[in-house]
Amino acid sequence: MKLIVKKHPLAIRWFHWVNFPILAIMIWSGLLIYWANDIYRVGWGDTTILKFFPDSFYKAFNISGRLAEGMALHFVFMWFFAINGLLYVLYTVISGEWRYLWPERKSFKEAWLVVLHDLHLRKTTPPQVKYNAAQRIAYSAIIIMGFGSLVTGLSIYKPVQFGWLCTLCGGYEWARIEHFTLTIGYTLFFVIHIVQVVLAGWNNFQAMVTGFEVEKLPELEPEPSEETTNTQNS
Amino acid sequence: MESKPNNLATDRQVRRRVIFSFIGFFIFIGLVYLAFRWLYHTPDAAGVHAPLRKGYEVNEKIFGGTFNKNTLVKTYPLSAATTHVRVNGDVGMGEDFDPKTWKMHLVRNVGDTLLISMAEIKALPKTEIVFDFKCIEGWSQVTHWGGVKFTDFLAHFGLDSLAAYKYIGLQTPDKAYYVGIDMNSMLQPQTILCYEMNGKPLPYDQGAPLRLIIPVKYGIKHLKRIGTMFFSNTQPADYWAERGYDFYSGH
Repeated sequence: MKLIVKKHPLAIRWFHWVNFPILAIMIWSGLLIYWANDIYRVGWGDTTILKFFPDSFYKAFNISGRLAEGMALHFVFMWFFAINGLLYVLYTVISGEWRYLWPERKSFKEAWLVVLHDLHLRKTTPPQVKYNAAQRIAYSAIIIMGFGSLVTGLSIYKPVQFGWLCTLCGGYEWARIEHFTLTIGYTLFFVIHIVQVVLAGWNNFQAMVTGFEVEKLPELEPEPSEETTNTQNS
Repeated sequence: MESKPNNLATDRQVRRRVIFSFIGFFIFIGLVYLAFRWLYHTPDAAGVHAPLRKGYEVNEKIFGGTFNKNTLVKTYPLSAATTHVRVNGDVGMGEDFDPKTWKMHLVRNVGDTLLISMAEIKALPKTEIVFDFKCIEGWSQVTHWGGVKFTDFLAHFGLDSLAAYKYIGLQTPDKAYYVGIDMNSMLQPQTILCYEMNGKPLPYDQGAPLRLIIPVKYGIKHLKRIGTMFFSNTQPADYWAERGYDFYSGH
């Protein structure tokens, strides 16, 4: 016998997996747009550490000369991205799931302990419900980033009609930089997310599909009575 | 989590539930793949797949509804204007053109074309604007332009009634470059027929003798070297809209 421990509600799994292809298309079409004016780099003065992006990158993914296609895709799928994101936020608020997601006061301190544990510099982790402190911060931050993408995106898309929003972002050019930086943020999130999921193992991953984790029952005592069957889980 | 009911299940039951869930998951992946394949097999609608063209139009319905021609584009002090103004297109700017003999062909009606000289245009009150010129490629430049406000132009030549049309079409003299613009955007008070840049006569490669400056649109709409202007209730042909871009391309 196994114990089935419910983890992710159907709605959350749905939002998660629907968001995946949408965000992929938004990043992809964003690259097609960015190519037309690829001026960003990391560096100072004449020193460049990192250029977004080297020509080999464009060549490898056949990105060059597809600005119109990129814009056409971006301005359709932006709606799906926004609607899916807003529904997710509404769901977490109404269902109370936000309690597992939103960082608590202690989360910011605990997140360091989680990071130290994951880097094998510490043996134990703080006790957690569903998500640990680092996850709470990461999963809340990604939602705020999504909101930031909508705001900066709208500022670039309609800088006159939403001029106040554009000003709020620091002007047209800053809005574009912020929009780009957030996208780099998603890709970094994605890399860490994948590594963490791989390290956490199959049971954790399949829960995002099935909704539950499977646990072994504790070994029963030789003479079990119903009261002593403890089905504690974490 | 402690508050939620957990179920005991046999290994077989667990396996069944996991398999069923993953079948659903793979169906979902398959549907996403098919949807994308479908999109990229839809017919071409002027340079983009038809559903994406539809997307442009729906967006215009949504955001066009928020367009208010009295909302002004942010302007800058003269000192903010760059002296190195970017030149980004030469379609319709062929060599066989003499600005001295130039006249604008304004089609009031079929067979009724008004010819307007540069002297007549320069005699009208001058309007100047310093604004952030935005290219659809993503760059922008604060630039300084001077010319006649489009609404002043219409009023002076007694063309106000033509503002009832839905669109205006503009063409270069050789008709190689052409744009269509919705009337609301044309009537925005910062739209000018421009003959000066940085306080000097418009350079040849910036569209001398007369070009359009329409700050609520991307640069692709700011047609250089205006040859013909006409009015229409159907969307006029538009060079970049035929090549996959949004017809409206406005802010």
